Amino acid sequence: MLVIVCPHCGPRNSDEFTYQGERKPRPEVSTTDAAEWRRYLYMKANQGGWATERWFHGSGCRRFLMLERHMSTNEIRSVSQVGETK
Amino acid sequence: MSGFRTPPQAGEVIDRSRTVDFEWDRQSYRGYEGDTIASALTAQGEMVFSRSFKYHRPRGVLTATYHDPNLMVQVGDDPNVRAGHRRIEPGMVVEPQNVWPTLDFDVKASNRLVGRFLSPGFYYKTFMSPRPLWPAYQKVLARFAAGGRVGPERRTERYDHRHAHPDVLVVGGGPAGMAAAIAAAESGASVILVEEEPYLGGHLRYGTAADREVCDELISRVRSIADLEVMTDSVVAGRYDHNWVAVVQRDVSGVSERLVKARVKTLVVAVGTLERPYVFKGNDLPGVMLSTAVRRLITLYGTSPGERAVVLTANPSGDAAVADLERVGVAIEAVLDARSGVTVLEAGGTGAVTSVLDSRGNRHDADLLVTATGWTSPTLLLNMAGDRPRYEPTSARFIPTDLPDDVLATGGIVGDGSVDELVAHGTATGTEAGRRALTLKATWQRLAPAGRSMDPPPQDPLDVPSLSHDPHPEMFRSSTHGFVDYSEDVSSKDLIAAAKEGYDSLELAKRYTTAGMGPVQGKVEAVNALAVHGEATGASLLETATTTWRPPYAPVRLGTLAGRRYEPVRHSPMQPWHETHGAKPLAAGQWIRPEHYGDPAEEVRAVRKGVGIIDVSPIGKIDLRGGDVPKLLEFVYVNKWSKLSIGKVRYGVMCGEDGVILDDGVTGRLAENHYMMSTTSGGAGTVWNWLDEWLQTSFPNWDVRVTAVTDGYASINVAGPRSRELVGRLTDIDLSPDAFPYMEVRTGTVADVADCFVWRIGFTGELSYEVHIPAGHGLEVWGALLDVGADLGVRPFGVEAQRILRLEKGHLIVGQDTDGLSQGFGMGVDWAIKLDKADFAGKPELVWQGEHGQYPHLVAIQTSEPELVPPEACQIIDPDGTIRGRITSSRLSPTLGRSICLGQVDADLDRPSQLLTIKLPNGTTTPARVMEHHAHFDPEGGRARG
Repeated sequence: MLVIVCPHCGPRNSDEFTYQGERKPRPEVSTTDAAEWRRYLYMKANQGGWATERWFHGSGCRRFLMLERHMSTNEIRSVSQVGETK
Repeated sequence: MSGFRTPPQAGEVIDRSRTVDFEWDRQSYRGYEGDTIASALTAQGEMVFSRSFKYHRPRGVLTATYHDPNLMVQVGDDPNVRAGHRRIEPGMVVEPQNVWPTLDFDVKASNRLVGRFLSPGFYYKTFMSPRPLWPAYQKVLARFAAGGRVGPERRTERYDHRHAHPDVLVVGGGPAGMAAAIAAAESGASVILVEEEPYLGGHLRYGTAADREVCDELISRVRSIADLEVMTDSVVAGRYDHNWVAVVQRDVSGVSERLVKARVKTLVVAVGTLERPYVFKGNDLPGVMLSTAVRRLITLYGTSPGERAVVLTANPSGDAAVADLERVGVAIEAVLDARSGVTVLEAGGTGAVTSVLDSRGNRHDADLLVTATGWTSPTLLLNMAGDRPRYEPTSARFIPTDLPDDVLATGGIVGDGSVDELVAHGTATGTEAGRRALTLKATWQRLAPAGRSMDPPPQDPLDVPSLSHDPHPEMFRSSTHGFVDYSEDVSSKDLIAAAKEGYDSLELAKRYTTAGMGPVQGKVEAVNALAVHGEATGASLLETATTTWRPPYAPVRLGTLAGRRYEPVRHSPMQPWHETHGAKPLAAGQWIRPEHYGDPAEEVRAVRKGVGIIDVSPIGKIDLRGGDVPKLLEFVYVNKWSKLSIGKVRYGVMCGEDGVILDDGVTGRLAENHYMMSTTSGGAGTVWNWLDEWLQTSFPNWDVRVTAVTDGYASINVAGPRSRELVGRLTDIDLSPDAFPYMEVRTGTVADVADCFVWRIGFTGELSYEVHIPAGHGLEVWGALLDVGADLGVRPFGVEAQRILRLEKGHLIVGQDTDGLSQGFGMGVDWAIKLDKADFAGKPELVWQGEHGQYPHLVAIQTSEPELVPPEACQIIDPDGTIRGRITSSRLSPTLGRSICLGQVDADLDRPSQLLTIKLPNGTTTPARVMEHHAHFDPEGGRARG
C-alpha cells in the first residue's frame, strides 16, 4: 500500500485512490481511425523507471491527479492536479 | 528423564507461587505461571516434543523460541502452536502432532530405518508411476504428512484490525531496540515498540546481573514515556512499500489476535540475531540444543534441560551457557572450545543423546550437548525493504548494506559490542530515526497546503556510529553429516546429492530438497543450507545469492488477516417500514432492498391492474447545474440533448471510450440551468466519477457543477393504471395528461412535502410517476401513499416484481442483458446512437462497430413450452452444439401466464420467429423462438403514455 501525498488532502493510503495508469492524449475524433483509437485505448508504454500516471482520489477530494512514480522503487516524486503545472 | 526444575534464578520470568495444571499427550502436568509449554515439560523431564516430518525421528528442544522447528504442537483445536513461545494456561490441552499412534511408539518412525533411501525427490521418483495408482498413494501418504488438525466446528474466537500511524516503529525490544525507541520518542516522535516475547529485554534477560540492571532501567524508561506504545507478544510480519508495516499483536484482550496496519515514517529494525545450529551426525537427537536455548531455559524458566552436559563453544554465548549450567549443578562432562580447533563429530544415542564423540576421538557420556557455533542475522525485514545483506567471512554472518532512507537498523543485526555500546548505537539510531520521521512529516504537511504547517526539525543528519563485528570461526558442518533443515528433514547429504544431480542453482536445490520451505521458512537453517550447497558446488557464500525473503516473518492466522467483519450497508429512508412489513431483504451492491413482500407475482398483477409503489431510492441521482450542462450531456450520452426544453425528460445511454455500454437512465431539465440525471442503482458511483473525470481532465472550462444527491432524495415509483389518481390525491402538481405528458418532469409538493420532483416515465410499462422526495420525508410520503390509496388497492412491490414488469416490457438492464463486450449497437438502443454528433464518448468505436462489427443482438425470446423458464445464462446452441447466444433474463410472466426471456444471439438469428435451441442445465435442450418486439407485453407502449 503506497502513500500518495494528495495536494488537497495530504498523505493518504493509496486505497483511497483509483489507479488509472498512463494516459494518452485523446485523438481528434473527426479524423481518427480504428488503429489510432485503439492505440489510445489499449497500448501502454509500460516502461521501467519514471512514469507519469493518473490517479483519482475518489475517497478524498475527488480530484484527478497526475503522479510521477518510479516503476521499480515505487518512489513518488510529484503529485499534481490534472491540468495544473507543478 | 533428565531435565529438572532448578532453584529460583535471579532473572526468571516464572511465578513459582502460582502453579498451572495442563495436559500433555493425555497426561497431567504442572508448571508455573510464565512457563512456556516447552519449559514446563522440560522441567518435568520430557525430552521428545514432536516427530519429524519425513522420517518421524523424535525431536526435542533446539532453540526454545517461537522459531524452534521441533516444537510444533496442537493446543486444543489450534494446530502448529509454537511450544517454545506459547505460555501454559490452566486446563490447556496440548498434544503432539505428526505422531501415529503415539509420541513414544510411532509406527511411522519405520521410515527412519529406510531413511537413507528417502533421497531428495523420493516421492516424485517413487510414486510417479504407474500414474493411475497416484490417488491410492496419495491417501496413504497423506497420513504421513506433518501438521496438526483443525476441527470442523465453527471457531468462536474473535480477531480485529487496527490502523496506526506512528512516526517511528521499532522492531525488537532488546537493549538497542529499547534505547532507539526511547531516543526517538525523546526527539518528539510518536513511537511503537514491537517485541516478539511477552516481555522486553531481549538477551539481557538471560545475561548477567549487570545486564539485568540495564534491562530494568531501560524498561522503566520505556514505560514512563507516554507517546511510546509497547506491543509485546507481537510480531512484525512484513514490511511493504512506503513503510506499510503489518504487526500481528497477540497481547490484546478480547481478541485472539489483532492485525495492526501501521504506516510508519521511519522503521528501526533491532531484531538481534538468531543462533545457528551445527550440522553433524546425530545433531537432531533430543538433548542437542543451542546455547541460547539452554540459557533461556535456565535463567528465564528455572529449568535445566539435562544433568550431564558437553558444551561445544565458539563464542561468549557458549561460555555463558557453561557458567549457567554449572550454577544450577549440571555436571560439565567436557567443554569443547571450537576456537582451539576441536569440534563434535557425533551425538550418540537412540531417541536421546547418551554420548558425544569429539574430533580428538574422545567419547563423553552426556544427556545434553550444547552448541554455540555462530549467529544468523534475521535480515528478512531489511530484505523486504530492498537491502541485499553482504556475507562477512571474518564474523561468519550476513551484515546489512544499503538501507533505504526510511529504514534503519541497530543492535546485533548490525554488529557486536558491549551492552553500553549497543545502547549507545540504539540511542543514536533512534534519534536519527525520529529526525527523519519528523522531517518527512514536515514535508508532507508542506505538500498539503490545507493542513497545519510544521517546521522540520533543525538538526542535521546524525552520524550513527558503527558497531564492530567480533571475529567468529566459520562453523556450519562438521566432517560428519547431519540435519540442515529440521522442519523438512533435509540433511547435508541430501543437499550434496541434489547438487550432484544437477541442482547446482541454490533456488532449484531449495525447491528440489524443500530445504527452507518448512514452517520455520529458513530462519534457522538458511545459512547452513547455503554453506553446504556452496561446499557441494564449489561456490562460496559470497557468490551464492541469498534467498529472497518474503512476508510473513512468522505465520499469520487467516482469522487475523480477515479481522472483524465490517461492511457498511445502505438503507433507504423507508427501511423501517420494509422491516415491519415482511420485506425479504435483497443485497444489491451496498444497498439492502426489499426483494418482495411475500408474493412477487401478485405484486406484478397489482401494478398491471391497479397501482403499486416501489422504493427506488438507490437509483443514482446527480444534480447538474450550469450553462454548459447540455454540452456535457451531449458528450457522455450517445443521443442528442441540446434541444431538451425545460420540463422534459429523456432516456439516454452512455458508452465508455471503448464503445461498451456503461449505463443508462433518464435525465430531466428542471430549470434553465438545472438538470437532474438518474443512473442505474449500481452505476451511480461510476457515472458520477465519469462526469467528474471528463470535466476535470478534458473540459475544465465548462460551466457545470456536479453534485451526487442519491442519498438526498427518497424515491418512490408509483406505477399502474390508477397511479394518476393516487398521486393526484397528494400533490399540487397538475397531473392531467395534457398538463403533464409522458417523459416530462415537474417540481412541487407531495403529501405536504415541498421541493419534490416528479417524473413521468415507464420502466414498468405502466402509467407511472417517479416521486423524489427530500430524504428526511421519504417515510411519511410512503406512508401517505399507502393510506390515501387504500381504496385503490395500492400495494408495495419489490425489486423482483419490478424485474418481471420490465422484462415483460423488454427493457434492458445494463450489466445483466449487456456485458463487458456489449457495444452500443445490437442491444436494442440503436435508435439512440447519433453518429452525426461531432463527438461523444466512445464515438469512434461505435462508428467502427456500425461499419464492421460482428456483434450479438439482444432479442426477446419465448420458449415453445410456456411453463418452462430456462435459467439465466443458459446457452443458445446450434444442433452441432456451437454456442450461438445465451439467455440474459428469464421469468415467468404473471401477466401473460408464460415464460418470457431476453437473450443475446448472433446477428443472423435476429429474425422474428427464428427458431432457437436452448441448452438447459440438465443437458437437455428445448425449442424457443425470437419475438418481433423486445416487449412481450404492450409493444405499442400505449399503457405508459396514457
